[in-house]
Amino acid sequence: MSDGARRTFALDGLEVPFEPGQTILQAALAAGHYVPHLCFHPEFRPHGSCRVCTVKVNGRTTASCTTPARDDDVVESRTEELDELRRNLIQFLFTEGNHFCPSCEQSGNCTLQAVGYELGVTTGHYNPLFPNRPVDASHPDVLLDFNRCILCELCVHASAEVDKKHVFALSGRGITKHLVVNAESGRLGDTPLAVYDKAMSVCPVGVIQRKGRGFAVPIGARTYDRASISAIAVPRREEV
Amino acid sequence: MSFPLEKARDPSKLRRIAIEPVSRVEGHGKVTILLDEHDRVHQVRLHIVEFRGFERFIQGRPYWEIPVMVQRLCGICPVSHHLAASKALDLVVGARKLSATAEKVRRLMHYGQILQSHALHFYHLSSPDLLLGFDSDVAKRNVVGLLAAYPELALQGVMLRKFGQEVIRITAGKRVHGTGSIPGGVNKSVTAEERDELLRALPDVTTWAQSGVRLIAELHAKNRELYEAFGTVRSNLLSLVGRDGKLDLYDGVLRARDADGRILFDGLEAEEYESVVREDVRSWSYMKFPYLASLGAEEGWYKVGPLARVQNCDSIGTPLAEAARQELLASSPGKFIHAPLAFHWARMVELLHAAEVIERLLADPDLLGRELVVTGARTSVGVGIIEAPRGTLIHHYEVDAQDLVTMCNLIVSTTHNNQAMHEAIREVARKHLDGHAPTEGLLNHIEVAIRAFDPCLSCATHALGKMPLAVDVVAANGERVARLVRGGEHAS
Repeated sequence: MSDGARRTFALDGLEVPFEPGQTILQAALAAGHYVPHLCFHPEFRPHGSCRVCTVKVNGRTTASCTTPARDDDVVESRTEELDELRRNLIQFLFTEGNHFCPSCEQSGNCTLQAVGYELGVTTGHYNPLFPNRPVDASHPDVLLDFNRCILCELCVHASAEVDKKHVFALSGRGITKHLVVNAESGRLGDTPLAVYDKAMSVCPVGVIQRKGRGFAVPIGARTYDRASISAIAVPRREEV
Repeated sequence: MSFPLEKARDPSKLRRIAIEPVSRVEGHGKVTILLDEHDRVHQVRLHIVEFRGFERFIQGRPYWEIPVMVQRLCGICPVSHHLAASKALDLVVGARKLSATAEKVRRLMHYGQILQSHALHFYHLSSPDLLLGFDSDVAKRNVVGLLAAYPELALQGVMLRKFGQEVIRITAGKRVHGTGSIPGGVNKSVTAEERDELLRALPDVTTWAQSGVRLIAELHAKNRELYEAFGTVRSNLLSLVGRDGKLDLYDGVLRARDADGRILFDGLEAEEYESVVREDVRSWSYMKFPYLASLGAEEGWYKVGPLARVQNCDSIGTPLAEAARQELLASSPGKFIHAPLAFHWARMVELLHAAEVIERLLADPDLLGRELVVTGARTSVGVGIIEAPRGTLIHHYEVDAQDLVTMCNLIVSTTHNNQAMHEAIREVARKHLDGHAPTEGLLNHIEVAIRAFDPCLSCATHALGKMPLAVDVVAANGERVARLVRGGEHAS
């Protein structure tokens, strides 16, 4: 559509303009309004898997990363009800995997941790499952720590769509769903993954790590040390 | 083999008293005492009631996580674990010599840690006993009571600790559980602003540290008999000393002396620790009992920590602390000091030394340098030894070709002192409890002896894999038909 008409929807009572084809999340971020989200990445097609970006559109819940913005819609986002649901989703992720922030190299740069702080998640709340997930250290330059995987699929998309290597995939269903490596041996060392691949830089948590580089960034200089994710995410998204 | 008062002949006929928890120490522990009907003491044991398991669960983790992960052993001396692990892993990444900046930033971090931990122990944990009395009103025998009775002194303790914590924050990123030290170096140096911030506070710190040494020296002088005899047991001594023989808490070589000060060994590199130290396991404790291999478990137990260090070194390389050390040594002319209460004096000497070292480091331009990390030829084994506030701390790792840790052995300061603490509290039990109806004040005497060693009980539980394990096969009628036991003579 190119009729030049100004299109807007209401987000928590604020008027948000959008361009045709934008999703609610894209439009909100572009306009400087943070909607908590986790598996969304501006360079990849949204797929609505984590549901942290859930909003209510005209009273119905939906993932804002996959829902097209529509004129005059009434969207609720940062309500206590929705934030409570988001906190639960984050707590599920923390308790389904093994997320030990105190000794995690990604601490301070981790999107899961940052969204947790943004939403006021102070405990895992649910009983941790403590799954047994040995790391894959077979690659000479890269360590895969499956303990931290939140199944966002960003590495899957980056490897397939940008790197054209198809190194990663998700396997299994439901609670048994897990990240796998596309090699007959199942080992990362037998894949063509290279440290300069796009798949190396998209993990929002600490699954895919460069070997030997732990804790190189001091506390105070890490991404979320100085500002919350809501403050950081919005200007970054405006550039997109 | 068992030591006197370690194991009662017939425990079933004895009354059991438990001091639980042992208070004003780090971590959780208890003391059990078995008494007969005449209040005669038959058995005294210090138990560690918590279990950690770090040595096992870091196996399979990448080596670069380890300095940050293992420091979670402790909330008081995490820097010691952080640095001991880093030193061990320096060798794994081939960094046999760090950059001047990295070495000095780490030293600054470590001496900040020494200063804050010693201040915490003396002012917050132990001085209530020493200033208010071992059997004073228990409700006031704490840091709050100290604040009421000696407000200026208590505040000095708080401010000293605060300064040490600030040194740690500036070098490690956080006051507790920072990330500053990494294999091969550090992740940040010190800025001029940070240095100046510390320099502004330093004059008061040195003055307070000197007051602390004077205070403990006066307490000794006033009650010489108590301070020299309370819980005193002769033992060997072990610590790092600098390669020049001077006190060095960050790096050096291992030196041990016997109870009379004769050198047992000297100049041993960290990697050689296994040739001189062995660990014994008892069925009733999660804490191991280290001893010097050449002397055996019965004769080879030893003390570590401030009292061992200030006597084991040839001298201290800073003038105020060396003068204070000479005064301490002069209190026992010609004889090595083994009194647990003298630990406090030695600790305050070290606190003053830490303030002097920090002052020297802050004047060094290397602290502001930019060369943070060095690496070299990769190896698979690393041993790092450091003098933690409580004594010699050994971290030993093996790392496989894929960068994962396959073996870890930690011998923690408090573990070294295990037998010495037991002998001290048994001595106190003999002298002060035996034949007396136990009161809270009398039982606190036991705790006073434990506190003198400044134990960190949470750090010290490392008997994993060697713990006694008993499996009973019980018939339907409740009778035991078989028992399988591992590691101990009896599991109770």
